[in-house]
Amino acid sequence: MITVVLVAAVKSVALVVMVLLGFAYATLLERRLLARFQLRYGPNRTGPFGLLQPFADGIKLIFKESFMPATADRLIYWLAPAISMVAALFVYAVIPIGPEIRFFGATVSLYIADVNVGILLVLGASSIGVYGVILGGWSSNNKYALLGCLRSSAQLISYELAIGLAVVSVVLTAGSLSLVDIVNAQQRLWFVALQPVGFLLFFIGALAETNRAPFDLPEAEQELIAGFHTEYGGFKFAMFYVGEYVGIITMSLLVTTLFLGGWHGPLLPGPHWVAVKTFAFMCLFIWIRATMPRVRHDQLMAFGWKVLVPLGLLNVVATAVIVALVGG
Amino acid sequence: MPEPRTETLTINMGPQHPATHGVLRLLLELEGEVIVGTRPVIGYLHTGFEKEMENRTYHQNIVFPARIEYLATFIEEMAYVTAVEKLLDITPPPRAQVARIILAELSRVASHLVWLGSSAIDVNVSSGFMYCLQDREDILDILEMVSGQRMMHGYYRIGGLHRDLPEGFETRVRQLAEGLAGRVDEYDSLLTDNLIWRKRLEGVAVLTPQTALAYGCTGPILRGSGVNYDVRKAFPYGGYDQFEFDVPLGRNGDAFDRYIIRLEEMRQSRRIVLQALDRLPIGPVRVDDRKISLPPRAELVRSMEAVIHQFKLVSEGLHPPVGEVYAAVESPRGEKGYYVVSDGSNRPSRVRVRAATFNNLQALPAMVYRGFIADVVVAIASLDVVLGDVDR
Repeated sequence: MITVVLVAAVKSVALVVMVLLGFAYATLLERRLLARFQLRYGPNRTGPFGLLQPFADGIKLIFKESFMPATADRLIYWLAPAISMVAALFVYAVIPIGPEIRFFGATVSLYIADVNVGILLVLGASSIGVYGVILGGWSSNNKYALLGCLRSSAQLISYELAIGLAVVSVVLTAGSLSLVDIVNAQQRLWFVALQPVGFLLFFIGALAETNRAPFDLPEAEQELIAGFHTEYGGFKFAMFYVGEYVGIITMSLLVTTLFLGGWHGPLLPGPHWVAVKTFAFMCLFIWIRATMPRVRHDQLMAFGWKVLVPLGLLNVVATAVIVALVGG
Repeated sequence: MPEPRTETLTINMGPQHPATHGVLRLLLELEGEVIVGTRPVIGYLHTGFEKEMENRTYHQNIVFPARIEYLATFIEEMAYVTAVEKLLDITPPPRAQVARIILAELSRVASHLVWLGSSAIDVNVSSGFMYCLQDREDILDILEMVSGQRMMHGYYRIGGLHRDLPEGFETRVRQLAEGLAGRVDEYDSLLTDNLIWRKRLEGVAVLTPQTALAYGCTGPILRGSGVNYDVRKAFPYGGYDQFEFDVPLGRNGDAFDRYIIRLEEMRQSRRIVLQALDRLPIGPVRVDDRKISLPPRAELVRSMEAVIHQFKLVSEGLHPPVGEVYAAVESPRGEKGYYVVSDGSNRPSRVRVRAATFNNLQALPAMVYRGFIADVVVAIASLDVVLGDVDR
């Protein structure tokens, strides 16, 4: 019993450290890559190739004055960034990054928990992340923040639906809600080939769900200054930031897990493949940010409800019919 | 149950705001995210340059126009010197005229590039901003090569230019013009067919020709609404009547039409520059009138008269006849006019700047009525406001 808890604890700590490191370098990757797209250098002064930049940023943010608007709702104002960050980190409990491996003679699984409703847990946790945004925007008592959080609640809720529908089609194809089973079901053929529509729906939904361009309306700088986190500074801001970038990693990991066969791939060991695929998707996220204009709020909602959701429903129905025909 | 109380949300946008292109302040009345009222509040960049110009001699004043409107600098200088030349009733020599047109059109392209870049970043195409500013920098390099300054040139003189164009100028400009066509096409292909870009701009910030005329809008704003008015064609100045170029017109008067027009204007400017390079004559660049322009340095060592002229011009400046003139040029933002009143002394007794952006900005409330906040950003970008120009 003790061993089980110990192993889980060690794995959890290792994972959180890994994810936070991943977050730190995701920010650097974004800044460097974006700079490359834009004929700039990006941060390259702190350490070799700017590799220490994330730590410099982190230290700076921690030591900043913890400013708070006088009219803010104290408790919620402090709570919101924490919700955002914790919800984003929580999902890693169920996302597998590799098959079981032998480690000092013991069999260790490269996931913390193989929950049989894993994917539901992921979606649920990312829904909780919305509370961070809404409460943060509302509690800071600023009109721009309020508009930002209203927008984001509308956006996140409607695009979660699209993501959910895409996931349902994957679940139908794999016949399981567990992420480990879903990966194992893709041993022969990745689901991106079986579910191209679902893949697109999920990817677009993922962009919206993580507030990334072209759906970064909640923090539309040009319209709403900084949207819901206008009044946040210092480490509270950093926590929102963690939430956002961990969200990107999560979504990239999920795309990899659900559609690109997770750890399956030739030559390299499993975790490497997960890393490569996730990295590729993060680069894609950044590439899209460098290219696309931002959609308008009403257009975003119209696209979500009039295009993505009907398409997702159709896809689910089609998948169900095919699965029933083939399986039966 | 009591009646739900409805009220509008007043939002203060600016003067410190990332998308108001300077220190423009807007008071927005919102119903949800729909705008029911807009009040531009200006004056945060008031410099008093108009008044300042009354205290300096005509030549000293040349430094101000480029500081009033700092994006299309050579066009601004042109507006002022054209007005004073009209007052003096002189025409600069042909080489100076053609050189001025080249520099003015390069300035127009540079200004439109800033506009394109900032409208791109306003709908979050931050890469577009970087690309445009890079290209603008290439143009500013040439302007620096000519005048020694990237932006605040002070290169034009009443009756000509400060000195002849530098060596290698033509080659550099030709190189630039060659590259420019491809660059503009690239922006065209990056943005014009982008679905989101079109959705953000089409049908947004619509201005009917009547409203545009009523507010006194000029430039791409007016032409976007389909009214054919370009000062270069309507009241040719500085020799523009000898050049072939088209004036692009819009149909719908929306932000997208203005975008297309400005892209096309860049191509037309390039056309004018190429024509001008082909016919750049050899000759003096300043009028040969000792009461107006300084004598050549070489003459100073030989001629007592030249020394006296030099002394009088530098210490006192020129004395235009009593009168008042208004001269306008086509700036990237519309009709830019200088109204100069002379009482016969060496300083203007009144200078009034007709700033195109000031008039254009008045149309903003009409443009964004019943739009969204996101549309305000697009509308401001499509107006291409320069606050220095609005407030003066």
